[in-house]
Amino acid sequence: MNNAKFKRTDSREFTSAVVSTERNSIKIEDNEINVSDIPLDNPITGTVYGTLMNFQGALERLGDAVNDKPYLSPPVAPVLYIKPANTFNRYGAGIPVPENESNLEMGASLGIVIGKTAVALTEETAMNYVAGYTIVNDVSVPHASLFRPAVQHKCRDGFCPIGPWIIDRDELKNPDDVIIRVYINDELKQENSTNNLIRPVPRLLVDVTEFMTLSPGDVLLVGVPENAPLAKIGDKVRIEIKGIGSLENVLVDEKSFSGGATQ
Amino acid sequence: MRKARISFDGTIHEAFEWEGRLKLDDGRIVEEREVEWLTPIIPRTVFALGLNYADHAAELAFDAPTEPLVFLKGPNTFIGHHGFTRRPADVTYMHYECELAVIIGKTARHVKKEEAYQYVKGYSVANDYAIRDYLENYYRPNLRVKNRDTCTPFGPWLVYANEVSNPMNLKLTTHVNDKLVQEGTTADMIFDIPTLIEYFSSFMTLSENDVILTGTPKGSVDTAVGDVVVTEIEGVGRLVNTIIGDESFLNR
Repeated sequence: MNNAKFKRTDSREFTSAVVSTERNSIKIEDNEINVSDIPLDNPITGTVYGTLMNFQGALERLGDAVNDKPYLSPPVAPVLYIKPANTFNRYGAGIPVPENESNLEMGASLGIVIGKTAVALTEETAMNYVAGYTIVNDVSVPHASLFRPAVQHKCRDGFCPIGPWIIDRDELKNPDDVIIRVYINDELKQENSTNNLIRPVPRLLVDVTEFMTLSPGDVLLVGVPENAPLAKIGDKVRIEIKGIGSLENVLVDEKSFSGGATQ
Repeated sequence: MRKARISFDGTIHEAFEWEGRLKLDDGRIVEEREVEWLTPIIPRTVFALGLNYADHAAELAFDAPTEPLVFLKGPNTFIGHHGFTRRPADVTYMHYECELAVIIGKTARHVKKEEAYQYVKGYSVANDYAIRDYLENYYRPNLRVKNRDTCTPFGPWLVYANEVSNPMNLKLTTHVNDKLVQEGTTADMIFDIPTLIEYFSSFMTLSENDVILTGTPKGSVDTAVGDVVVTEIEGVGRLVNTIIGDESFLNR
């Protein structure tokens, strides 16, 4: 059992609790309740920043193209993007599939939740600024070119489920060695590990806070592994991150979507 | 009506323009120089347009885009009127960008151009600084260029929409140390305000206090530590900013 905090859709406050990351359940008084039976809200209060191509395999997939037009050279600094508030979604809610799109990429990422104002960090102390970890599904409309910001592909309503909770930092021994698995309709479609990160968590925090401040409640995604699985309307997607838990959502027709997060 | 958010005597107030002075929400009248200016609203999602004026696109050696080139900004980058923007010591090319900011007033989804202005609460001025040394060709312009702390002055006022009769015909200017360096008109935008609202709301929901920074015309030149940069839009506001160097930030 691990210490975590979560947010219910019917409360403004966070609740601290003891959870089971294997059984995806929360201990409330003497009962153990499955997260599916609790109306969990997105546990995020700040800005969500994604990191592009921070898995070795994601960069390798571009191959020699990194030296050709339009890229001209491999990336030097972290390439970030923002998942804006309209994308926030919660555990168990539908992910709306836009009209004219058939398959969406399920971008499984470890989310680093910031605990205190982080400016120009050093590797030695970077982890002191982390409050905990969560699971993020950075949903995208598939797009081949990485030249221009992918707002139309990444910023649709409901395209960022987050949850089920924030696991306390000290519960995860090493964020640079956790297994991430993606299941579609209970079938394993992807497995990778954060030991394949180009910038491990402390390094990423250093290189990001060199040029911008991260604030308490902000979330920095460590990156999405290469070959993100595709899913279509009706599919159930579950992202498991060992030591954190699992995040489950179903893809629905955009027309039936009525908003994920309450904020 | 035009409204500001300011700090005065240790607390935050809304303030209204009052015969060249400021009338605070508690009834006090104060001089503009007595207050600390904050951003006129707390922005929610902020969109910024790249290459939205044909002359600026040509200046940067790009063809004018056929669909809006847009990137997002986080809350860390915004500062108010009379604020200070940091120029790192090692950079060679940091330029201002005077932009009309459109502030959304209510939830907008699938809005048609013809109705788009109904969703606008008002306007302000933004200075969307860029440090070109940090440009990389992935999700360009990347956040390291465009989302740095202190690099987006915003204000002074929220000018309500009914005070701006034609936002698509406003003169923009930038002065550096009183010298005119940038001049243009919002009439030259490639994608005008109704088109942008239709475009964004076609694939995502806009909400109150979302902000669209509509791009900048030609006239970008390098700025130096100590420069006073004034971005001004006719009828909307005059936003003053000063460039400072690394030496103020040594104790990090």
